[in-house]
Amino acid sequence: MPTFVRTETCDGCDGRERIACVSICPHDLMALDLDGSATGWAKKAWNREPSQCWACYACVKACPQQAIEFRAAADAVPLGARVQPELGDAFIAWTIEFRNGDQNRFEYPVRTRPADSIEPYAGKAAAKLDRIGQPGFFDQDEPTNPGDPAELIHI
Amino acid sequence: MAGPLGNSETEQQAGADTDATPEVLEEQLDILIIGGGMAACGAAYEVVPWIEAAKEQGIELDIKLVDKAALVRSGAVAQGLSSIDAYLGGQDPADYARMVSHALMGITRDDLAYDLGRHLDDSVHLFEAWGLPVVKRPGDEDKTLAEGGAPLRSGHWGIIVHGESLKPIVADAARRALGSERVQEHVCIVKLLADADEPGRIAGAVGFSLREHRVYVYRCKACLLATGGGAGLFRPRAVGEAAGSGWSPGWSAASTYAMAAEVGAELTMMESRVVPIRFKDGYGPVSAWRRRFEATFVNCDGDTFLSTNRAILEAYAPYGQSRVPPPCLRSHLLLQELREGRGPIYMNTVAALGKLAESLTPKEIKQLEAGVWQEFLHACVGQAGVWAGENIEPEKRLAELMPAEPSLLGSDVGCCGLWTSGPEDLGAPTDEDHDDRDRVPSHLPEGWSWGYRGMTTVRGLFTAGDGVGASGHKYAAGSHAEGRIAAKAMVKYCLDHPDLHPTPDTPAAQLAEELYRPMRNHLAHRDQTTDSSINPETITPDMLLLRLQKIMDEYVGGVSTLYQTNGHMLAVAEQKLEVLKQDAHRVRAKDLHELLRCWEHHHRILTAEAHLMHVRFREETRYPGFYYRMDHNRIDEEHWKCFVNSVYDKSSGTWTCFKRAHTDLVDKSKLFKDD
Ligand SMILES: Cc1cc2nc3c(=O)[nH]c(=O)nc-3n(C[C@H](O)[C@H](O)[C@H](O)COP(=O)(O)OP(=O)(O)OC[C@H]3O[C@@H](n4cnc5c(N)ncnc54)[C@H](O)[C@@H]3O)c2cc1C
Ligand code: SF4
Ligand code: SF4
Repeated sequence: MPTFVRTETCDGCDGRERIACVSICPHDLMALDLDGSATGWAKKAWNREPSQCWACYACVKACPQQAIEFRAAADAVPLGARVQPELGDAFIAWTIEFRNGDQNRFEYPVRTRPADSIEPYAGKAAAKLDRIGQPGFFDQDEPTNPGDPAELIHI
Repeated sequence: MAGPLGNSETEQQAGADTDATPEVLEEQLDILIIGGGMAACGAAYEVVPWIEAAKEQGIELDIKLVDKAALVRSGAVAQGLSSIDAYLGGQDPADYARMVSHALMGITRDDLAYDLGRHLDDSVHLFEAWGLPVVKRPGDEDKTLAEGGAPLRSGHWGIIVHGESLKPIVADAARRALGSERVQEHVCIVKLLADADEPGRIAGAVGFSLREHRVYVYRCKACLLATGGGAGLFRPRAVGEAAGSGWSPGWSAASTYAMAAEVGAELTMMESRVVPIRFKDGYGPVSAWRRRFEATFVNCDGDTFLSTNRAILEAYAPYGQSRVPPPCLRSHLLLQELREGRGPIYMNTVAALGKLAESLTPKEIKQLEAGVWQEFLHACVGQAGVWAGENIEPEKRLAELMPAEPSLLGSDVGCCGLWTSGPEDLGAPTDEDHDDRDRVPSHLPEGWSWGYRGMTTVRGLFTAGDGVGASGHKYAAGSHAEGRIAAKAMVKYCLDHPDLHPTPDTPAAQLAEELYRPMRNHLAHRDQTTDSSINPETITPDMLLLRLQKIMDEYVGGVSTLYQTNGHMLAVAEQKLEVLKQDAHRVRAKDLHELLRCWEHHHRILTAEAHLMHVRFREETRYPGFYYRMDHNRIDEEHWKCFVNSVYDKSSGTWTCFKRAHTDLVDKSKLFKDD
């Protein structure tokens, strides 16, 4: 189920710190065609192994140019549909276009606090080394659900 | 960072970057975390406070996390999810251990499941604090789970979340905890290194950069191997453009099992596999339809066979007799319909929505529908594309179902993985007391605990998530929590062994040469033929994979035989795999991307072999619906209610399988009483 890149909108992430789609694809599929020798489109991205794409949409969501879209696998699914997200800071909006022209739009929350605002240890107690062999995590004196000892038949 | 072609993100020009001599970088660490998924991110979070505490005592521990992809979206949760499938929320860990055991047909380690059960909710509380929207029951919307807010449940153990960004959230916390300088992305680890003096101890790992010609040799005292599960071992149902969108993601390359086996760690239950029932062609999850809409499965005649054929499960007592049958038995009932020619199988969406329409307002139905689409959009977008392409309006047309190709997972409804040390306070066995005890290789520990929680039978090598075998149903949060449990134990291990300085048994230069062999294969032969991928001396990684998948599919119970195999078929597969392993030495890589595939497939082949050996050894059909040993087509409680474990001998390329005794630590009879 492959992604494809719009020639008109992909700018090769020129000048950005990283090439968003190339960096983010968990399967190392997105690549930049530096000199155009692979696709005929120099400095634009492409999916170099389309049959291995999992349709995870990580690249689609990450592209700053919204240049990446997705076409369902032609060997399995009729043409004409489109499923496209727009990922914002707190919400994601999805547009689903059916082959017959019908459309659905859904919006869902994705975060209750801004990205980059996580303070992993805010308000947490320090680890106590003398408890390192005991059950429970670093800031706990016992695990969250200690359980009823009567349930353990060999204790 | 500039690579050989001036831009590290763009070196993948076809052919241009082929180079047989990588730069070798060596790094000395105390703790190495391999992987960047749920388990590894959990470990990253938990390890830092312990390291800080050690520092207070004057002990410095160096740590690094290495992921073959980018932390923000790596691993099985890359696209998100719409339910956290395990959250206790006040239920007793004993009940959790019972559920895990039952779902996996009675053979799991209660010590591991119970221990995870008492810990795992804390990870969900963290996710919520870090920004994951968790859906609450009416009236509790403003309360967090930690404050006692009641979640909207999906089944007994799952909770509904808006989880599209779960992985970015969890990754962000992990990165902040560690600091970016301790996170190395786009480096694929290929093998673990044993200690030169003590082969049963870990000394490090070696991998290569996907971006520049570099090989990294990490030395460490303790290592967490958390590289996820195994997809793509079997031929997927789709073979063309859709081949890569199987149920599990292709980047789950079974690396955990293969790397551990190669360094001598004991594997367990490698016969276990997962064959989930999904919407056809997109692998969309069915649980929202089943649980929220109470939609049923029907065959071509409209028969609701899961209930009308329920009596068939009596043959699988006691597992078939519980209120909720284990997932494999559900698949078994569906497969019976397919075998007897009563396909297609559908989810009766029309009836379910029609029934709801009687009692709900159109607006309420729309809301429910948004929830159902969300399950696709946030856990399996591909399915939304299939329904849109086929104009499926679920209120008017039934949606087809199909069982997936097999995957090997230790954190889902599968229990394959590594044999790991459990907690000491739950009454687990401390010795081997069974008829087959003499067949357990003598260098392996007795009992279920040997000092460090989450440690494998190789000293200093830990695992979590999909890596821990003989347990399951951990899912996203459980894997995170299990990574945390292991992280803590790794720090303890380092503190207990201040004078340990393991040295890898193979020199760095030799490792680099080995990792780059596929590159040299290509260079040596590419100019002999006009199309370098069709060459009498080399095989491309793609063809290597397809051959593996063909063997596994046709002989080891893939989709083409409706998951059926027998001892004779397995013997043929064993021979074919042996030859495939030989040919794998001739695999070629024309660039770093292909080099990645070469080593991923190497891991797949070895794991596939482990699966085959275990399926062959276990002479019964423990998981009907997931696979059938047609020559032993029944559950044999008397002889096979036990763990099947194995070790691999790298030098001879052979496996030794053996039994370990199974014991209940919590009473399982409760499962079969009405509640
Ligand atoms: C299809 C599917 C759907 C699921 N849906 C849900 C759900 O809805 N709810 C839920 O709670 N759970 C769900 N799960 C379960 C959950 O995803 C897993 O339990 C969890 O991701 C396991 O964590 P892990 O860390 O073991 O592996 P992963 O999260 O898969 O992480 C593996 C990591 O290892 C890295 N890696 C792999 N190989 C190498 C290598 N050689 N070198 C370096 N790094 C490497 C990967 O890049 C990745 O970072 C689902 C699983 C699957 C397969
Ligand atoms: S992220 Fe978008 S703009 Fe950047 S290279 Fe990829 S497709 Fe082009
Ligand atoms: S959809 Fe996912 S797998 Fe496919 S190219 Fe994009 S990031 Fe890679």
